[in-house]
Amino acid sequence: MRIKRWGLRVLAHIDLPLLLLLLLLMGMSLFVQYSASGQSDARVISHGVNMLVALTIMVVVANIPPQYLLSLAVPLYAVGVVLLLGVATAGEVVNGSRRWLNLGVTRIQPSEIMKIAMPLMLAWYFHRHEAMLRLRDYGVAALLLIVPVALVAKQPDLGTALLISASGFYVLFFAGLPWRIMLGMAVVGGASLPVAWHFMHDYQQKRVLTLIDPTQDPLGAGYHIIQSTIAMGSGGSFGKGWLHGTQTHLDFLPERTTDFVFAVFGEEFGLLGNVLLLSLFLAIIVRGMMIAVSAPTLFARLMAGSLTLAFFTYAFVNMGMVSGILPVVGVPLPLVSYGGTAMVTVMLGFGILMSVKTHRKLLKS
Amino acid sequence: MNSRTEIRNYRVELAGFRQRVVVAVGFVLVMFLLLLSRFFYVQVLQYQHYHTLAENNRISLVPSPPNRGLILDRNGVVMAHNYSAYTLEITPSKTGKLDATLDALAKIVEVTPGQRKRFAKLMAESRNFETLPLRAHLSDEEVARLAANRYRLPGVEVRARLFRQYPLQTSASHLLGYIGRINDKDVERLQAAGVYDNYRGSDHIGKVGIEQSYERELHGVTGTEQVETDANGHAGRVLARTPPISGNSLVLYLDSKLQAIAEQAFGNYRGALVAIDPRNGGVLAFVSQPGYDPNLFVDGIDTTSWNELNNSPDRPLLNRALRGAYPEGSTLKPFMALAGLSDGVRKPSDSIADPGYFMLPNSSHRYRDWKAGGHGTVDMHKAIVVSCDTYFYRLANDLGIDRMHAYLGQFGFGQKSGIDMEGELAGVLPSREWKAKRSKMPWFPGETVIAGIGQGYNLATPLQLAVATAALANGGTVYKPQLVQAIIDSRTGKRTPVAPQIVRKIAISAADLDVVRAAMEDVTRPGGTASVANAGVSYRVAAKTGTAQVVGIKQGAKYDAKRLLAIHRDHAVYIAYAPAEAPTIAVAVLVENGSHGGTTAAPIARAVMDYYLLGKLPKAVVAPATPAPGDAHAD
Repeated sequence: MRIKRWGLRVLAHIDLPLLLLLLLLMGMSLFVQYSASGQSDARVISHGVNMLVALTIMVVVANIPPQYLLSLAVPLYAVGVVLLLGVATAGEVVNGSRRWLNLGVTRIQPSEIMKIAMPLMLAWYFHRHEAMLRLRDYGVAALLLIVPVALVAKQPDLGTALLISASGFYVLFFAGLPWRIMLGMAVVGGASLPVAWHFMHDYQQKRVLTLIDPTQDPLGAGYHIIQSTIAMGSGGSFGKGWLHGTQTHLDFLPERTTDFVFAVFGEEFGLLGNVLLLSLFLAIIVRGMMIAVSAPTLFARLMAGSLTLAFFTYAFVNMGMVSGILPVVGVPLPLVSYGGTAMVTVMLGFGILMSVKTHRKLLKS
Repeated sequence: MNSRTEIRNYRVELAGFRQRVVVAVGFVLVMFLLLLSRFFYVQVLQYQHYHTLAENNRISLVPSPPNRGLILDRNGVVMAHNYSAYTLEITPSKTGKLDATLDALAKIVEVTPGQRKRFAKLMAESRNFETLPLRAHLSDEEVARLAANRYRLPGVEVRARLFRQYPLQTSASHLLGYIGRINDKDVERLQAAGVYDNYRGSDHIGKVGIEQSYERELHGVTGTEQVETDANGHAGRVLARTPPISGNSLVLYLDSKLQAIAEQAFGNYRGALVAIDPRNGGVLAFVSQPGYDPNLFVDGIDTTSWNELNNSPDRPLLNRALRGAYPEGSTLKPFMALAGLSDGVRKPSDSIADPGYFMLPNSSHRYRDWKAGGHGTVDMHKAIVVSCDTYFYRLANDLGIDRMHAYLGQFGFGQKSGIDMEGELAGVLPSREWKAKRSKMPWFPGETVIAGIGQGYNLATPLQLAVATAALANGGTVYKPQLVQAIIDSRTGKRTPVAPQIVRKIAISAADLDVVRAAMEDVTRPGGTASVANAGVSYRVAAKTGTAQVVGIKQGAKYDAKRLLAIHRDHAVYIAYAPAEAPTIAVAVLVENGSHGGTTAAPIARAVMDYYLLGKLPKAVVAPATPAPGDAHAD
């Protein structure tokens, strides 16, 4: 009886529409993973376990009232920056970049923490200065944004750095960053592209060049993009059918359970499948925006808005990369790609959204 | 801050936020539409293109090379065939560190330094990404050991392959030739001929001999398999296949037993023998001694064997029957006699008094007969039987080089015979034009004189000599010599004969022919130059002996075989046909440094004819094992 009541109280903080959409996406993901992994039960089970862990974390976070999250913002951000500094000085080099930190017990990728800590921190900052937002506040926020992003970019992990800065920027955007400043940023950003190009690593430059013409290096940098576009294109309108993708099953498609899982999907389910998948993502985003609009406090709004847009960004960047309109950056397709850390990060975000959604009455009173 | 402003601020702020949300959702929609249009472009508009690319990825056309046709002798004895064996093959582009792989392999199976060297040589000559054999003929145990270790040796494969084998080994090697690995030059040739496509999947091609000249028949047609292949090149399902068509088999005129007897008859001598059926031009035996083992060449010859063959003073790689040009010597005399009769310059009964030499008018130079003091009164018959040089010096002088050239040319001297084998030499049948082209010097009468006994500029291959002899035997029909008598279709098993080809018919009167033939028969009888070798022969043989000078003898000096180095001794030449009344075999023999045709070359021809006509096997080695320099000079 007591357990049942406790259970009901926990479930009261779940947003049912959002949960159903997420479960739909996850269920579909299990099918794609089964095919992409060459019908490996073990891989599907492991993927499912990751999901259960991530769902549990989501439920836990959903039960934390936003004001506690508010108080977590500064420490989490501080820990994140410290860990990033740790990576910069004592990180482990894997595949030529310094991204991991060995804490003795476990290895972590601190940049992942920043994906949540950054919007949390900025939302906290704007919440604190809610009453009298001045241009100076945007300046401070920008500084808070730039330091960790620079650390991540230095690893080098340009993809994650861009995602973190995007999630931070969304907070600024929802906090009301004036249009003229955004315009100015766009102009400055555009003008500084050649400079940025100069500072990019060879392989990063190559990725951009490869996007423009993948055939320049068909067996090297262009290989991923060529093969994934072939997979997608040969899927046609209705796909080759589940488990029948030749690009997938004959090993032509690299990284097919992780970053390029969307190519598997596109090959086996075709344009029809892609439209359904896009609709699903869109539905999740719209639901997230609805939660943001109805959120009671600035902090909650900013958090909900920026996390939702961040989710959109992951999905867009991944699908753009796989279909060949964006350069190859290591961004997984949220909830579909294999990988526990990314999934936990994303579901943690949705936990915050649910917390925002279900604690509004309490906050409002 | 009062509550009103707070509420107003809140409302304004909320309105601002909602506006931003609308902008954000609009942005999301625009971006998703962008993705959607990309999907539409790739999956609908460009579908065919990517579909093709995916199919090309997935399906590889694997050529299946055809089995090479067999080569059989006239009795069906297999002279070249294929057998299956396991080979150890390496694709250097896939191994990573090649040396490390080779070292690791050496621990699993035996790899000799020679094999490693040969592999290095193959690599230097190979096409890119090619798979090259390291070792052939693996034992079952070795195959098992390699299979167990395969996982740690990328680029290493064990394959069952068909090998070409020449079971008779050195016998008939110059006739068969061999196949070898396709090199860049072969590729160019195949591409130029537009047949390179048919060689996808083939590693070998005929390099010399019949293997080369009948490449088109022997190779067959390459088939293809459409195989589903993954990105690592591992083949999966076979989706479709066109089977290869095996090459056609060849049936030769050659009798391999006859060939072996002829080769043995040479003993330690170098030389050549060609036996032709005068009724159709079929080549019954084709000997060039010494031979070599063509099996060595099939998968790339190792350096040691190559050096041995290439540097041997006996030059085993030289096809003497086809490419050895020697003076005809006295074997030209029967043809000279016919020329004299045909042009009316001589009647058979015309005789000369032979003082042992011939002198041109207004010259003191003596053209010596081989017999000091001469042969006495000599008519045409005797001139051939005792091989009188003086008679033919005079005849040549009376005929003149122009008529000699015109007449002897009809027998094929100085021209390629057209045999179905590549690389034939034309020899030399001298003429004024030939000399003018060669040296811009006029023709001297003395040169006509020595040409009359097959010396001077005259050069002929043993093959040409055999063709001319066959024409003499059959009464004037010059056939194109032919190695292959029939082609067996690999699919139907149908045997298609290769029609004999007549090059020309020489108009020779029966009376003239009878004179020369009768004299040639008497050459083999007591009193003739080839009587010893033909003693006790039970069929009628017509023949002529000859000697081809290797070094010139000074005026007034005497040829002394004993005092000459072995390699400076004269070559022995001999032509013969039998049975004289209805010839079925014509033979030309050349024995390098064999001194006299009657003593070294004639016994070889005798052994060949005894077997061919009587089925008689030689008792032991017929030919003298060592040169017999002490013999009387009977030429």
